[in-house]
Amino acid sequence: MILANLAALQVVVPLLSAPIGIALRRPTLAWAWATLVAVAAFACSIGLFFQVQATGTISYAIGNWPAPWGIEYRVDALSSYMLVLISGIAAAVLLYARESVEAEIDEGRIYLFYVAYLLCLAGLLGMVITGDAFNVFVFLEISSLSSYAMIALGRSRRAISAAYHYLILGTVGATFYVIGLGIVYMLTGTLNMGDLATLMEQAAGYRTLEVALAFFTVGLALKLALFPLHKWLPDAYTYAPSVVTAFLASTATKVALYVMIRVFFSVFGAAYLVEGIPVATVLMVLALAAMFSGSAVAIWQTDIKRSLAYSSVAQIGYMVLGVSLITVAGMTAGLLHLFNHALMKGALFLALGAVFLRIGSVHIKDMEGIARQMPLTMAAFVIGGLSLIGVPLTAGFISKWYLMMAAFQSGLWWLAVLIVLSSLLAVIYVWRVVEAAYLRPRPPGAVQAREAPWSMLVPMWGMALANIWFGLDTRFSMGAAEAAARAALGGAG
Amino acid sequence: MSPLLWILVTPLLGGVGIALAGRQPNLREGVTLLTAGALLVQVWMLLPEVLAGARPEAVLFDVVPHVPLAFAVEPLGMIFAAVAGSLWIVNSVYSIGYMRGNKEHNQTRFYLCFAISLSAAMGIAFAGNLFTLFVFYEVLTLSTYPLVTHHGNAAAREGGRTYLGILISTSIALLLTAIVWTWVATGTTDFRPGGILAGAVQGPEVGLLLFLFMFGIGKAALMPIHRWLPAAMVAPTPVSALLHAVAVVKAGVFSVVKVIVYVFGIDLLAAEPSAEWLLYAAGASIIIASLIALQQDNLKRRLAYSTVSQLSYVTLAAAILAPLSVMGAALHIAAHALGKITLFFAAGSIYTAAHKTKVSELNGIGRRMPWTMAAFTIGALSMIGLPPTAGFLSKWYMLMGAYDRAAWFAIGVIMLSTLLNAAYFLPIVYAAFFRKEAPHGHADAHGHGHGHGKGHGHGHHDDHDHGEAPLPIVLALCTTAAGTVLLFFLADVPLSLARQLIGGAP
Repeated sequence: MILANLAALQVVVPLLSAPIGIALRRPTLAWAWATLVAVAAFACSIGLFFQVQATGTISYAIGNWPAPWGIEYRVDALSSYMLVLISGIAAAVLLYARESVEAEIDEGRIYLFYVAYLLCLAGLLGMVITGDAFNVFVFLEISSLSSYAMIALGRSRRAISAAYHYLILGTVGATFYVIGLGIVYMLTGTLNMGDLATLMEQAAGYRTLEVALAFFTVGLALKLALFPLHKWLPDAYTYAPSVVTAFLASTATKVALYVMIRVFFSVFGAAYLVEGIPVATVLMVLALAAMFSGSAVAIWQTDIKRSLAYSSVAQIGYMVLGVSLITVAGMTAGLLHLFNHALMKGALFLALGAVFLRIGSVHIKDMEGIARQMPLTMAAFVIGGLSLIGVPLTAGFISKWYLMMAAFQSGLWWLAVLIVLSSLLAVIYVWRVVEAAYLRPRPPGAVQAREAPWSMLVPMWGMALANIWFGLDTRFSMGAAEAAARAALGGAG
Repeated sequence: MSPLLWILVTPLLGGVGIALAGRQPNLREGVTLLTAGALLVQVWMLLPEVLAGARPEAVLFDVVPHVPLAFAVEPLGMIFAAVAGSLWIVNSVYSIGYMRGNKEHNQTRFYLCFAISLSAAMGIAFAGNLFTLFVFYEVLTLSTYPLVTHHGNAAAREGGRTYLGILISTSIALLLTAIVWTWVATGTTDFRPGGILAGAVQGPEVGLLLFLFMFGIGKAALMPIHRWLPAAMVAPTPVSALLHAVAVVKAGVFSVVKVIVYVFGIDLLAAEPSAEWLLYAAGASIIIASLIALQQDNLKRRLAYSTVSQLSYVTLAAAILAPLSVMGAALHIAAHALGKITLFFAAGSIYTAAHKTKVSELNGIGRRMPWTMAAFTIGALSMIGLPPTAGFLSKWYMLMGAYDRAAWFAIGVIMLSTLLNAAYFLPIVYAAFFRKEAPHGHADAHGHGHGHGKGHGHGHHDDHDHGEAPLPIVLALCTTAAGTVLLFFLADVPLSLARQLIGGAP
C-alpha cells in the first residue's frame, strides 16, 4: 500500500505536515516535527529511487484520473535522482538547523519558519515529480512564496528588501513560464509533458512555438539565476538566515535547472533545439559569462556568504554549460555538477552558519584567525572549498573532469581551456578565506569563539565527507547522472 | 593488502600516531622515526623484486569509469621511492635537531604534514596511470602548504601564496587539460613502456601537448614557472630539504621523465620536430637559473636557484631523447637529491649554530664547523659533477646520450653550466676554509645585517661564539654526504634500474 503510493506520499507528506506545524509553537517541537517529516521524505525518495532502478519509470495517476486528463506524477531516472538530492539536503540542513535558527530568527516566528521550510520542500519535490507542465507552475509558486517568506525572516533589515527583490523577479520568471505554457497549450491542447512531446511535431512549424520557447527560457533562467538574470541571488543568499541559504543554495536553483532540462528535452526535444532558434548557443554564451563574471565578482566580496553566492552564479554557469552541449556527456557533466555543487555549497554554507552562530558575522575581517578557535568547522570549510576548486579526491574534481571531457568530445577544446581558467578563480576566492582563517592572528578585541555545537558539526561534517565520498565512489552520482542524461535526451545524443 | 598499498598507508598511520602523541614530544618523534624506518624497510624490500624484473601492481576501484586509482612499480618509480623513503628518516633526525634547536612552534602539525606528504610522494612514485599521478601530485601540493607557511607571519603568507598559486594553477590549468586530452585521444591514462600517444596525436599537437605537460608539472620548476621554489624559502630548513630533495621537486622531475618515457615515448618525440623546443627551454632554464644563483648572497636562495638549474638538467636529459641520457636523468634524480639535501642540511646547521644566513658571512666558518662544511663541500662537488660524487655519474650519462644524438646545444649547456656551478659553489668552500673569520661587527658593514627581520636571533652573530650544530643535525648531514660519495662507488643498483627504464633486460 505504502510502496504503491510512494510517488504521491513524496509530496503529500511534507505538504500536509506543514500546516500541522502551526500547532507546534515551541521551537524545539517545531524543529523536531519538521526534521521528522524531512527524514520521512528522504526515506520516501530512497524508496522511489530503488523502485525506479528495479522496475523502470513509475507513472502515478493522481486521484486515478489517467493521463493526459488527470495529473500524472512521473518518476524516472532523472527525477528520482533529483528527489534523493533535494530531500537528502533538506533533512541534513534541518538536522543542523535547531541552534542556528534559534540564534538567527525571532523566537515567536520560529514555528512559522519550519512551516515555510516544509512547504518549500513540498514545492520543490512537487516540481520534480510531476509530469504535468501546469502542475510544475503550481509547485513553483508554492516553493517560491515560502522561500520569499524564509528569506524575509533574516534579522537584517536588508533581508526584507532582498526578499522583495526576489519576489518581483521570481514572479516575473514564473509569469514568463506560464505565458510560454499558455502558448504551448494553445498550440497542442494538452498540459501533460509526455503528451506535449508527442504533439509537438504538429506544432513544430509555427513561429508561435519559438516565442513559447523564448518565454520558457527567460522565465526559467530567472529562477535559476543564470547570468545576467542573477541579480536577486546575491542579496537573497547574503541576508537570509544561514540555514535558509544552505538549503536554497543547494536545492532551489537546481530544481529550476531541472525544469529547464525537462521543458527543453522532454517537451521540445533535443532535435528542435538543434534545428530551431539557437537556444543552446545563447545558453552557452551566458553560461561562460556567468562562470567568469560570477567568480570574478566573488573574489572582491568581503562578506563570505556573498562571495559564495556569486560563486553559485558561476557554478550554475558550469551546469548550464554542460546542458548546452546537447550531448549525453555534456548533460551528464551538468547533472553531475548539479549534485556535487549541492554537496559543496551545503558544506560551505553550513560551516559559515556555524561561524555566524559563534561570532555573529561572516565578514572576512571578523573571520581572521578563527581556525584556531573553531578548527573542526574551518576544516569542513576547507574540504568544501577544495571541492569547489575541484581538487582531486573531492566531488568537484569529478564534475570538472567530466565537463572537460564533454568539451573535448564535442571538439571544443577552447571550451575546456575556458573551464579550467575560470576554475582557477575559485582558488582565489576560497584561499583568501583559508589564509585569513589560518594564517592571521585573531584581531585584538575580536569576539572569542568556541567550536560549534555537535548538533551542527555532525551534519556539516556529514556534508563535507560526502564531498570526499562522492569524489572517490562515483557509482551513485555518475550512474544516476548518466542514466538521467540518457533519459532526458531520449537517445538523441 | 598489497605491499604497495601498505607503503602508501604506512606514513598515514604514522600521521595518526603523531597526532595522537602530540602532547608528548619524545613519543611523537619516536613515532615519526619508527614510521620512517618502517617505510624505509618496506620500500627497500621491493627493490630485489623490481631489480629481477617484476612489476608489482595494485588496482583499486574506478573513480571515473575506466579510470581507476592504480599503482604499479617500474624502475624509475623505484628510484624515486627509494630516494624519498631513505631520505625521510635522515630528514626526520635532522628535523628533530633543527625544530628543537630553534624552538619552533606547532611541531605536531609539522610532523603530521611531513608524514602526509611522504605518503603522497609514494603515491606519485608508484602511480600506475596519469590520473593517479595527478591525484597524489595535488595531495603533495596541499600537504606541503602548511609546512611552507609554518611561521604563519606575513612573509610566510606571501611565500605560501606564491607556492600554492603557481603549483595549483599550473597543475589545474595545464596538467589536467593535458591529461583529459590524452584520455580523450587514447582512451587510457596508463603508463606503458614505449608510450601511449603514438598514432593518437600528430604534428604540432605533439609539441602543444608536451607544452601542457611540461609547464603543467610546475614542481619541475622549468623557467619561467620556477618562482614558487625561491618563494618557499620562508619555510624552516627541514621543509626546504623536503621540497628540494626528498619529495616535491623530485616528484616534479620524476613526472617529467615518466611522461616523456611512458606517455609520449622517446620515439614519438624524437620523430616530431614540434617537440624540440623543450631542449632549448630546459637549456635556457639551466643557464639563467645559474646566473641568478651567482648573484644571491642569501645562502638558501642561492641553493634554491641552484635547484632550479639542476632540475632542468633532468628535463634537459630527458629532452635529449637518447636512451643513455634518459638513464642520466633517472640517475640525476637520486644524485641531486643526496647532494642538495646535504647542502640544505649544512645551511640549516649554520643557521642553527651561528645564526648566519648569508654567503658573505661565512668566512672562516669551516674551522668552527668542520663536519658541516666538509659535508657542504661534498654536496657542492656533486652539484658541479666532479668525481668521486654521484653528480659525476649522472652528468656522464647525460653527456654520452647527448653525444649519441649529436645534441651539441645540450653539450654546450652542460659544459657552460658546470663552470657556473663551480663559480657559485667553490667560493663558499674557499671562504669557509681559507679566509679569516671577520672581526666583530664586520658583517653589519654590508648594510643588510638586520634588514630582513626574518629569523629570530638574527644579528647577534658578531660576538656569537659557536661550535658545531646539535648532534642530530651533524649526524644527518654526514649521512647524506657519505651517501653522495657512496652512490658513486656503489652505482650498480641505480644503474641497473636506469637501464631497465630504457628497455634493458633486468
